[in-house]
Amino acid sequence: MTTLSVRNLRTHFFTKEGVAKAVDGVDFDVAPGEILGLVGESGSGKTVTGFSILGLIDPPGRIVEGSSIRFNGEELTAARPERLRAIRGSEIAMIFQDPMMTLNPVLRVDTQMIETVQAHLKVSEADARDRARKALVQVGIPSPDERLRAYPHQFSGGMRQRVAIAIALLHKPKLIVADEPTTALDVTIQGQILFEVQRLCRESGTAMIWVTHDLAVVAGLADRIAVMYAGRIVETGRTADVIERPMHPYTKGLIGSVPSQNTRGHKLAQIPGMTPSLLRLPRGCAFKARCPIAIDQCNEMPALEEHRPGHWARCWRATG
Amino acid sequence: MTQQPLLSLRGITKRFVQRVDLAGRIANAFGAGMRETVVQAVSDVDLDVAEGEVVGLVGESGCGKSTLGRIVAGILPQTAGTMTWRGQDVAAMGAGDRHAWQLAVQMIFQDPFASLNPRLRVSEIVGEAPRVHGLVGRGRQAEYVSETLMQVGLDPAYASRYPHQFSGGQRQRVGIARALAVKPAFIVCDEAVAALDVSIQAQVLNLFMELRQRLGLTYLFISHNLAVVEHLSDRVAIMYLGRLVEIAPADELFARPNHPYTQALLAEVPKLEAAQRTYKPIAGELPSPLDPPPGCAFHPRCPHAFARCKAERPAIKEVAPGHFSACHLNDR
Ligand SMILES: Nc1ncnc2c1ncn2[C@@H]1O[C@H](COP(=O)(O)OP(=O)(O)OP(=O)(O)O)[C@@H](O)[C@H]1O
Ligand SMILES: Nc1ncnc2c1ncn2[C@@H]1O[C@H](COP(=O)(O)OP(=O)(O)OP(=O)(O)O)[C@@H](O)[C@H]1O
Ligand code: SF4
Ligand code: SF4
Ligand SMILES: [Mg+2]
Ligand SMILES: [Mg+2]
Repeated sequence: MTTLSVRNLRTHFFTKEGVAKAVDGVDFDVAPGEILGLVGESGSGKTVTGFSILGLIDPPGRIVEGSSIRFNGEELTAARPERLRAIRGSEIAMIFQDPMMTLNPVLRVDTQMIETVQAHLKVSEADARDRARKALVQVGIPSPDERLRAYPHQFSGGMRQRVAIAIALLHKPKLIVADEPTTALDVTIQGQILFEVQRLCRESGTAMIWVTHDLAVVAGLADRIAVMYAGRIVETGRTADVIERPMHPYTKGLIGSVPSQNTRGHKLAQIPGMTPSLLRLPRGCAFKARCPIAIDQCNEMPALEEHRPGHWARCWRATG
Repeated sequence: MTQQPLLSLRGITKRFVQRVDLAGRIANAFGAGMRETVVQAVSDVDLDVAEGEVVGLVGESGCGKSTLGRIVAGILPQTAGTMTWRGQDVAAMGAGDRHAWQLAVQMIFQDPFASLNPRLRVSEIVGEAPRVHGLVGRGRQAEYVSETLMQVGLDPAYASRYPHQFSGGQRQRVGIARALAVKPAFIVCDEAVAALDVSIQAQVLNLFMELRQRLGLTYLFISHNLAVVEHLSDRVAIMYLGRLVEIAPADELFARPNHPYTQALLAEVPKLEAAQRTYKPIAGELPSPLDPPPGCAFHPRCPHAFARCKAERPAIKEVAPGHFSACHLNDR
């Protein structure tokens, strides 16, 4: 059975300027022990997708009628707030893009970590402290005893990010939604964290949604990739298929924009044009205005179709 | 360098003292024996930055990059050392010069969440300072905000929004727009493009380069992304546990890294390969700025360490024209 099954997820913000359809018809599954890489342009709806799963959408935003999020068979869009809170504390953990959403600025790190451990395990404080200490070491923070006694503002940006990761790992949840968890980390520390994450997924069957814009990281980590653009998934498939044989022009542009050694002093390749405003989405394919191969038919919205086995794209001109 | 550097750092040092808090003092009354901890975040940094230059600053998480950046931007006072701006000691500046310096040096913060006032609309965040400082007239403020937002790929229609209504990358771009709006001469970019996807990252980096060509902007560019640093920088400084261990022109540094730490760093650059990798844990003991190893701070992890490395800290020396490195191997 899949751990998480998202169908036709639509999360809209009803603002004064108009309805921002941040997520507009997203489908995906994550199986136990599987890592799904969720990539896409800034503002494409990745974080809102994660927040929707955790039931963290506040007004004027709302999950629209007809959306379904099934977690271990349970329909979360119909769950009561208390139930969602209970799930968030134990079965689903989120590593937020902003670590300060996890960390309380006025509490020492040890207080926060020990609380997390004791929330789901009946252990003594000394035992909880020991687990917290080990979790800091796992994410590459030296002098854990002194660091446990510090406050979040006394950490560097990347260290705060790592403490938030350590807290999520302490939960031993069934599903982790990790939102850009390693954006500001150097390669060695990133490698250390990816090692721990891989181990957790493989050993305890934790399912993971890894939100990132860093293709090199997901390429090495994820089993499957889903690419988002303007609130929809435009391409999804096994990692190797998506990276090596991308079908959607947006994915191709993304891969082509990765800076490399031979670009020094030159302009970097960027996808021409601007992200469409969610308030003024064009009719048909949202990528139309920037797409080098657009045709008349693109004025109609293409469906997400399986063009090769297990490899789907939402594009009129995608071929198998 | 014949020209006077725009910015010059000598012996810049920053220590943070983590005091024993109330809970700790109570525990101490029962004999817990907690002591004040001192983090030596930045130690004895010398660096000159020429006008129009881009200096990349690279190093492990927690090594002191943001702390150095904040000192350069005038947000954090150093514990020791001197900083000169256009030949003037910043500490000795009069009010007028100080004001001009503070406006000329802007910082793009690593943390776009904490660095934007949640109660202000983007139009105010971006447009307020330029108006107050007389860079744009009141009548042109809205137009100016629109232009600045467009430059960083944001829809001007978003100007009336508050920070929490943006995605992470959009918020980071609001921070970039705010820094650019006051037309600075020097920008400290602290992981300024880390939250952006590659295409928007390219747009912002191209903008930085264009501003440099057009207006002679100077950058201290802090990033963990070596591909970006290599693309952008004229010179690159490598930091390890609060110290600069290598500085060289970018081509030279990437072609002939001298310091074993730099060599290790370059060996790990991830490439876009679809093959699933099995990640490995960090080998060797991670150093702590709370308890830095004696001698060369890199010795516990250095494959070339020898007796002298544990006893004596290597001084930074010129190993090739314009290429400086702090490693005892260069004396052998
Ligand atoms: N509270 C809100 N009110 C209005 N619009 C919102 C709100 N929160 C998010 N949005 C909009 O929803 C869209 C999707 O945002 P989301 O945070 O999911 O993007 P993202 O894919 O995570 O981007 P990034 O990579 O930049 O973090 C964005 O255009 C954003 O401006
Ligand atoms: N306000 C503070 N009080 C105490 N210690 C601090 C404070 N700010 C930073 N430090 C410590 O100084 C050291 C350097 O931190 P800094 O933020 O400069 O690192 P960094 O190189 O920017 O790391 P990252 O890449 O993770 O952002 C860290 O050990 C950190 O814990
Ligand atoms: S549907 Fe048309 S516009 Fe959209 S990506 Fe495909 S070819 Fe381009
Ligand atoms: S001084 Fe010694 S320990 Fe330090 S980098 Fe050089 S060889 Fe390695
Ligand atoms: Mg996001
Ligand atoms: Mg930092």
